[in-house]
Amino acid sequence: MYASIDLLVDFSVIALFLLAVRQFRTPEAAVRGNLTAAAALGLAVLVTVARSRIGGLQLVLPVVLAGSALGWVAAVRVNMVQIPAMVAVQNGAGGLAAFLISLIELLQRSGEGPAIQEISGLIGLTLGGATFVASMVAAGKLADVLKQAPTVLAGHLWWVGSTIVAACVLSAISVAETDRIGLFTVLGLLALASGILGVLVSIRTGGADMPVLISFLNAASGLAAAFCGVVVANRLLVACGATVAASGTVLTLAMCQAMNRSLWAVLAGFRPDTAAGRPQKDAAGFAETSPRSGTEQGGDTATPLEQAVEACRQARSIVIVPGYGMAMAGAQFEVVRLGRILSSQGKQVSYAVHPVAGRMPGHMYVLLAEAEVPYELLHEPSEINPLLPDTDLAVVVGASDVVNPAATQLPGTPISGMPIVNVAAARRILIINLNDAPGYSGVRNLLYDQPGVILLWGDAKESLQKLIDALERPRT
Amino acid sequence: MPEHFARCGVIRQELPPSDLGACFLMFDLILLLLVFLGTGLLAYRLIRRIPPRLHTPLMSMTNAISAVIILGALLLFSSPRSGWEAVAGAVALAAAAFNIVGGFALTDRMLHMFKDSQGSSRVRLNRSTG
Repeated sequence: MYASIDLLVDFSVIALFLLAVRQFRTPEAAVRGNLTAAAALGLAVLVTVARSRIGGLQLVLPVVLAGSALGWVAAVRVNMVQIPAMVAVQNGAGGLAAFLISLIELLQRSGEGPAIQEISGLIGLTLGGATFVASMVAAGKLADVLKQAPTVLAGHLWWVGSTIVAACVLSAISVAETDRIGLFTVLGLLALASGILGVLVSIRTGGADMPVLISFLNAASGLAAAFCGVVVANRLLVACGATVAASGTVLTLAMCQAMNRSLWAVLAGFRPDTAAGRPQKDAAGFAETSPRSGTEQGGDTATPLEQAVEACRQARSIVIVPGYGMAMAGAQFEVVRLGRILSSQGKQVSYAVHPVAGRMPGHMYVLLAEAEVPYELLHEPSEINPLLPDTDLAVVVGASDVVNPAATQLPGTPISGMPIVNVAAARRILIINLNDAPGYSGVRNLLYDQPGVILLWGDAKESLQKLIDALERPRT
Repeated sequence: MPEHFARCGVIRQELPPSDLGACFLMFDLILLLLVFLGTGLLAYRLIRRIPPRLHTPLMSMTNAISAVIILGALLLFSSPRSGWEAVAGAVALAAAAFNIVGGFALTDRMLHMFKDSQGSSRVRLNRSTG
């Protein structure tokens, strides 16, 4: 009887977690979904505490309270641009916990538990350690503490491979090792190997590849939790781990698809611009033969700002395409103000959000939501592309790769085949970027050389401010 | 057997170590595997239908869910712990608690930023009057 009640309770809690995920359809329902998940987690903790006699409460309670308080403060204070770094830190915290739990369990029951638990513990330890280190490196990169650009060692793949082999060998040794000191040493070495693996995986991604890395680490932390669940024989832990692993997998695949790159290409160390150096040169060569700025053609003496103002005034339908450059300039509120001014003049304004426009999946949606853009104005490229030929003006702010027609026109570049927001189809194009440097992919943006494209170089915040000022001024 | 199996994961500290292996039957492992596969597949199907605009809150929430690892950390304290084990366990507990509270609070904060046109116009009205 006892067993079936336990089973029922466990499966009810698992059902609650799945219900929480199901509620993520609209933002309103997702608020309830988040609360459902929090309640389910609270229940899981209560059930576990009720079933086992948790000792050392004088240690457990203050530690839990301190961790919770810190988590709360961090969550309330973090700025939306820094969400990816914050999520990476939280991910790392989960990985660290999985690592420590596996380590303690492995040292405690060396040799006496069933082999599958021992193996799960070893996987939990390696995966947890690697996730922790990789997440911390990722968080450092996202918070600009570490160098953003990818670091690729000579024979990077070889190093990753040999670290994994070393981890497997150490795991095998630890299963056979019965001596406590020996076991301690072997597990210490395994921890070191997992840390090195984490560094190797994380240092070689950067910039626009970060969403893939973050999603991948999300999945890894879920898997680590699931393996820990096998070690402590807890169904709830296994189920939650599986949910998180599934979510991380879905998001990883979505990000890879949005960039038209395989997970292997992102993680294994193929730098996009080394993979296709020649086409990139072609693109640059193309740039040299065409006039520097298309806007100066045809005897048009107006400055780019004047042209931009005129284009905004004339346009009746406008699509705004924000990129991560907008977030770096902190210009999201200016972008939204521009959108509001234009729509208050009776123009139709919508936003096109590319899946990899931010630093984690869906990041750009959150940045625009913070700036109070009604979410029904935000559209995916597949929704907006059919409408672009009938759009008077496309305004690109801090984006390059995700609007670069090279993705559809040039074969063999790193972004060839990547789904883009096809702003080239719009009647007029206004680009507000910092400079004419190529995006993360290293491919020069073909739009920069297209005649008729209005180019406003400089800090996006300042450019937008000038544009807004000019638009608000009564017409002379 | 069911009695056996229930005690296994839940109050295993009550059993002498020699019983532990015996009690951890094939049945438990298969059940754990089924739980993993079943939940994973169901979650995968549900998550695939989530719109991209909710991907960041989704990841933030699943992050908090992955902190369910706190159960493992709590279970550690169901048997007496030596000095370094208690320290490592405490770090695991603190990290997991940080992850849980931070994850859910951050998700909630983000989701409340999403507003449709009516919601956002209300907010603007409040701002201008206040």
